[in-house]
Amino acid sequence: MSKTETDEATGVDTTGHEWDGIKELNNPLPRWWLWCFYLTIIWGIGYTIAFPAWPMLSSATQGVLGYSTRAEVAAEIDRFEQQNASLKSALAQSDLTQLAANPDLQRFAVANGAAVFRTNCSQCHGSGAAGAKGYPNLLDDDWLWGGSIDEIAYTVTHGIRNDVDSDAHWSQMPAFGDILEEGQIGEVVHHVLALSGQEHDSGLAEAGAVVFEENCASCHGEAGLGDREQGAPNLTDAIWLYGGDAQALTDTVTYSRFGVMPPWGGRLGKADVNAVSAYVHGLGGGE
Amino acid sequence: MLNYVKLVLLGLIFLFAALAANWGRDIAYQVHAILIMAVSAGLFFWVLRNTDEPVRPVDTSGYLDGVVRAGVIATGFWGCIGFLVGVVIAFQLAFPALNFDWAQPFANFGRLRPLHTSAVIFAFGGNALIMSSFYIVQRTCGARLWGGNLAWFVFWGYQLFIVLAATGYLLGATQSKEYAEPEWYVDIWLTIVWVSFLAVYLGTIFIRRERHIYVANWFLLSFIVTVAMLHIVNNISIPVSIWGSKSVQLFSGVQDAMTQWWYGHNAVGFFLTSGFLGMMYYFVPKQAGRPVYSYKLSIIHFWALTFLYIWAGPHHLHYTALPDWASTLGMVFSIILWMPSWGGMINGLMTLQGAWDKLRTDPIIRMMVVSLAFYGMSTFEGPMMSIRAVNSLSHYTDWTIGHVHSGALGWNGMITFSALYFLTPKLWGRAQMYSMSAINWHFWLATIGIILYAASMWVTGIMEGLMWREVDAQGFLVNSFADTVSAKFPMYVVRGLGGVLYLAGGLIMAWNMWMTIRGGNKVTVPVNPIATPAE
Repeated sequence: MSKTETDEATGVDTTGHEWDGIKELNNPLPRWWLWCFYLTIIWGIGYTIAFPAWPMLSSATQGVLGYSTRAEVAAEIDRFEQQNASLKSALAQSDLTQLAANPDLQRFAVANGAAVFRTNCSQCHGSGAAGAKGYPNLLDDDWLWGGSIDEIAYTVTHGIRNDVDSDAHWSQMPAFGDILEEGQIGEVVHHVLALSGQEHDSGLAEAGAVVFEENCASCHGEAGLGDREQGAPNLTDAIWLYGGDAQALTDTVTYSRFGVMPPWGGRLGKADVNAVSAYVHGLGGGE
Repeated sequence: MLNYVKLVLLGLIFLFAALAANWGRDIAYQVHAILIMAVSAGLFFWVLRNTDEPVRPVDTSGYLDGVVRAGVIATGFWGCIGFLVGVVIAFQLAFPALNFDWAQPFANFGRLRPLHTSAVIFAFGGNALIMSSFYIVQRTCGARLWGGNLAWFVFWGYQLFIVLAATGYLLGATQSKEYAEPEWYVDIWLTIVWVSFLAVYLGTIFIRRERHIYVANWFLLSFIVTVAMLHIVNNISIPVSIWGSKSVQLFSGVQDAMTQWWYGHNAVGFFLTSGFLGMMYYFVPKQAGRPVYSYKLSIIHFWALTFLYIWAGPHHLHYTALPDWASTLGMVFSIILWMPSWGGMINGLMTLQGAWDKLRTDPIIRMMVVSLAFYGMSTFEGPMMSIRAVNSLSHYTDWTIGHVHSGALGWNGMITFSALYFLTPKLWGRAQMYSMSAINWHFWLATIGIILYAASMWVTGIMEGLMWREVDAQGFLVNSFADTVSAKFPMYVVRGLGGVLYLAGGLIMAWNMWMTIRGGNKVTVPVNPIATPAE
């Protein structure tokens, strides 16, 4: 039967049990451990009195401090909203073209707009607003639908080619794969390469000029300079939304493109739309 | 006679799987049905060949160790697979181009991530727990495993579960619950296997020849029972069709979230803590050759841990739709849990009293000490991160990932490695591992790997938490989400390198185990007579 013995190394008695050669010492609970354990329990009881904790029949104890996580967040938001209230309402009512005349409001608008942009726009246009394939770069002075601050605000408010806002910018390039012969597409692509000063086959480009005149010039203009009324891009510069090499151009002409931007007016409200417009306008390319 | 019943059953399973493969509505289900066809056909022929043959007598006078040997090999194998997938996804996060187009959608991060977590927790950790509980319960009860070949059914059934879960993830079957991703039929299979595991374990305890039940067995039993309960409740779902893998959870909204994190947190609590404490309570005193430090401490910390852990889940849902009262309770129980968790660390480390000199000479003891140190660190870090104010910074950041890995790589990994180094020579009748210096290499590679991993995740976690919440004087956000992603890049590379070191250590261990098992130096005959009770 079990018999206790004294462990030589520590001088502590064993409990007398043994399993597969494993014995147990009869050490007491370490005092510091026990007291820390008691302390956490006492702290726990106190904390559950102070904060919402114990479930009752139809609700829970609310805690003597009256704390709630939602109220904490609401208070923080409220603090900033009160602090910014006057600037915010001024911004909502301001004439954007006159914003530069009011430096305080301008500074506020740009700071506010930057935050709106990071939260809502950076997913497509990039956190630095440099864009990506299919999403325009907002740093340059090449604008599809206009780069004045009012035009930017209009685009932000109503968006582009969406089914949500009936005032959204709208235009649609046909898929010329259904309209032109394959050879003609090759010709017009070389014409566009020529327009934008890229390497091209001059024979094909010459033939393409005719195709361009008949099919493309109505929107992109005879010289290919584009038309902001229709969101038709300028084809003579080095800025391309979907790529400017022969392959990308062939794809664009054959299948067309249909870039969509949602309307932000309802979601952001007037002040934030004005703010983000001021921010984008100030990025470098604003007109 | 029994063999004929088995043949009929296997035939029916084959037939059903053939129908399922034909009518299956998604690829994961179809592949699984074909897999089950193959398994049942193989078993059918195996049973058929043994039918009406003279029965070979089984020597039941010794311990049933074959299944433990198989478990040791499976643990080493799945460990290396799990670490490898972890390294791959770590580099996918640093270099998204590694989500190769040609491997879509099977090898994108979203599908490989559950493969990694399940491979390390359930395949590596689960096999380690099953094999060591089979080993420990026999030794500390002085009895052969109860249930005959039921233990083999548990082993192979569990491997089938792993394969079904892993292939399911790659083929897109998931119920989208973290650590409980497998779909309904895989859950049902695991339930059958797990209840068999419980039966073998409890049966062995019932036929024990020692009067008292050793502390390791308390922990292992609480692990088996609680995991069964957690698994069943969190996986209550209704299949959309018996011919498809998709199912719908019974709970919805915040109730579903709370059930999931009650499960998720206690998977950490009872799988990765209680279960591995059971291993620790056997292997540490055995390897050190010292008595357990305090019987009293083991009783108190066992019951405190078991009672408190189950309430701590809500701390995963701070600042969500979960009501504040539940979140407070989760936090309070987590903090009270701190000392009961540390009880295991104290008992483990203090067991080395009188044997500290072995740290210089025995790399296995060194692994155990580092394991307990990481256990202590992460069971302090956990309660701290459960505090609402800390959590508002740490939640959703890489800090959580670092916390999990210091626990998983440090505590679970290291204690499992030391158990494997303890068991491999014993089970194959060798004096010691083939190469002791390889264990040393493994120790240092793994330790440095964990430090790189944990440190880089602390840095990125705290950094991104601070960047997310940073507002200027007027309350405007300073950073966009993408800014935080690009800021983390260098630390993601460091994390990947930490993973490479840890994987390298694992491969060295696998080689060392292979050489030990294959190696010629058989110094002791692997006899395993059941010990006579010492009391």
